[in-house]
Amino acid sequence: MRLSAEKPIAYASIIALSALMIFPFVWMLSSSFKPFSEIFAGNTFLPEHPTLDNYRSLFEQNNAILKLWNSFYIASLATGISVFLCALGGYAFAKFRFPGRALLFGSMLASMALPFAVVMVPLFVMMRNVFHWIDTPWPLIIPGAANAFGIFFMRQYMLSVPDEMLDAARVDGAGEFRIFWRIVLPTSVPGLVSLGIIFFMSSWNNFLWPLAILHSDSMQTVPVMLNSLQGPPGRTAFDVLMAGSVVSVLPMLLVFLLLQRRLVAGITSGAIKG
Amino acid sequence: MGEVRRRLRRPPDEAVAPGDLLLDATAWAPRRAWARSLWPYRWPLLFISPFFILFAVFNVYPIGFSFWLSLHDWPGLGPMDFVGLANYAELSHDTIFWNSMLNAALLFFIYVPVMTFLAVVIAAVLNSRFLKLQGMWRALIFVPNITSMVAAGYTFRLMLDKDSGALNHALAFVHVNAVPWLDDVWWARISLGLLMIWAWLGYNTVLMLAGLQTIPPELVEAAKVDGATAIQAFRRITVPLLRPMIVFAVTISIIGTFSMFTEPYILTRGGPIRATETPVYQIFNTTFQDLRFGYAAAESYVYFAIIVVVTLFQFWSVSSRDSVQ
Repeated sequence: MRLSAEKPIAYASIIALSALMIFPFVWMLSSSFKPFSEIFAGNTFLPEHPTLDNYRSLFEQNNAILKLWNSFYIASLATGISVFLCALGGYAFAKFRFPGRALLFGSMLASMALPFAVVMVPLFVMMRNVFHWIDTPWPLIIPGAANAFGIFFMRQYMLSVPDEMLDAARVDGAGEFRIFWRIVLPTSVPGLVSLGIIFFMSSWNNFLWPLAILHSDSMQTVPVMLNSLQGPPGRTAFDVLMAGSVVSVLPMLLVFLLLQRRLVAGITSGAIKG
Repeated sequence: MGEVRRRLRRPPDEAVAPGDLLLDATAWAPRRAWARSLWPYRWPLLFISPFFILFAVFNVYPIGFSFWLSLHDWPGLGPMDFVGLANYAELSHDTIFWNSMLNAALLFFIYVPVMTFLAVVIAAVLNSRFLKLQGMWRALIFVPNITSMVAAGYTFRLMLDKDSGALNHALAFVHVNAVPWLDDVWWARISLGLLMIWAWLGYNTVLMLAGLQTIPPELVEAAKVDGATAIQAFRRITVPLLRPMIVFAVTISIIGTFSMFTEPYILTRGGPIRATETPVYQIFNTTFQDLRFGYAAAESYVYFAIIVVVTLFQFWSVSSRDSVQ
């Protein structure tokens, strides 16, 4: 009796919840095809007079292709450099003994608790007055290039690389960097992919720091462009905004659909072992 | 592995190449004693150096510089005006700043308990053996987390609009009066909480799911054999064993709530009447709108101190409860 009730309730609640989670995406997509007046009447679910004007305006007047490219190359550069440096650091912490290792590892872990906002103000001053990097992509790439979470994550992953394999390569006379490049990296590809997705997504979706750094129109990333589409209060261009939102979400959705398993693995392994 | 070895095997004349371990450990070593003692460890030290160099330049130095900054009045350009601890004195009775702290605390209590509870329950449902397509449901619940918060914020703003929003239209359908989702102090906080739950429920569920999978199913089975109902077994066996993961998730939520920026910036612009301004929102405005860099640095320091205190308090309350049990 009990068992027979459990199953339908579980299914009903999980379906209802999934529908609630998906609804904003559906609304975003549907609104992006509505003319402004229909969005603000707000009484239709599907567009009554579907139009591509919002997308046209987004790509023709707001140069969305350029902004997508900015987001893409910044995220790619940031991801590539960080994954490489985190793998290097993770390998050292996983497979070498050296003086001060525990202390260095501990202080690295502690640095994970440091919220970005604590250093935002001085970092901005440095970027402007010392490095002269305002309106360049570097502040979004360099400061986070080797981060504690990534090194910790790769270390956990590389603990399972067999020592015999590394020793065999050393006996064969391979240099340490060569061992890293030819043996450790290839055996860690799944971990590198997990970390890469996490980095790429957080760079693609990042808003606060790009908002502070990227001022000129041609340097904007997609989230900064969306913010600038908002006009004065009460006159927000929700039609173009929804088209822009779809464009900003779609690439991440594709990545997620293809690599969902790896992303979830990345999120959980950090938490379980930590 | 055999293949890897074959690839690395070199002809004898190349076997001892410059930069190789054997050769330079004996033939070349630095002159100073401390450097010579570290020389055998040069590779791991070299491999971890990028992190520590970047950390020193972009974290440690700015934190120190920030303190220096917080002792000055400075509009971001021109000479810095030393004012001692005046910024901190002003901050101690700055109602706008403390209001933002209070908002973060209120928000925390509005959404984190609900979200964490839901995450545990959903994870348990997803983890049950009879549920098919587990991966698909998990993906559907997780997908908001990969969404740009700017895009999601605008979409929520549209859906929650008092007059034209989808939600009020749906409520009108069942004869409920229009709710001022974004125009009322408390409703705006709740709306922000809804956005946070939408965005982070899947993430927390995945954490709980990972935690559940470390619990051996025999424990729950044994309890059921002893006559416990499913709900009793869940409350008495599963939840206590899940506690470390719950503590971890709540810690992340504390830091996340106090560091919230994009959500209030897009959804409510901190309003109405500053009801959804968060500390980071405040620091951002002080810096980039008021151009009070020194004061913003002082705010950053106090914000960080409060996060540390709250997190430590949470750990302390968890561990003291553990010792009672």
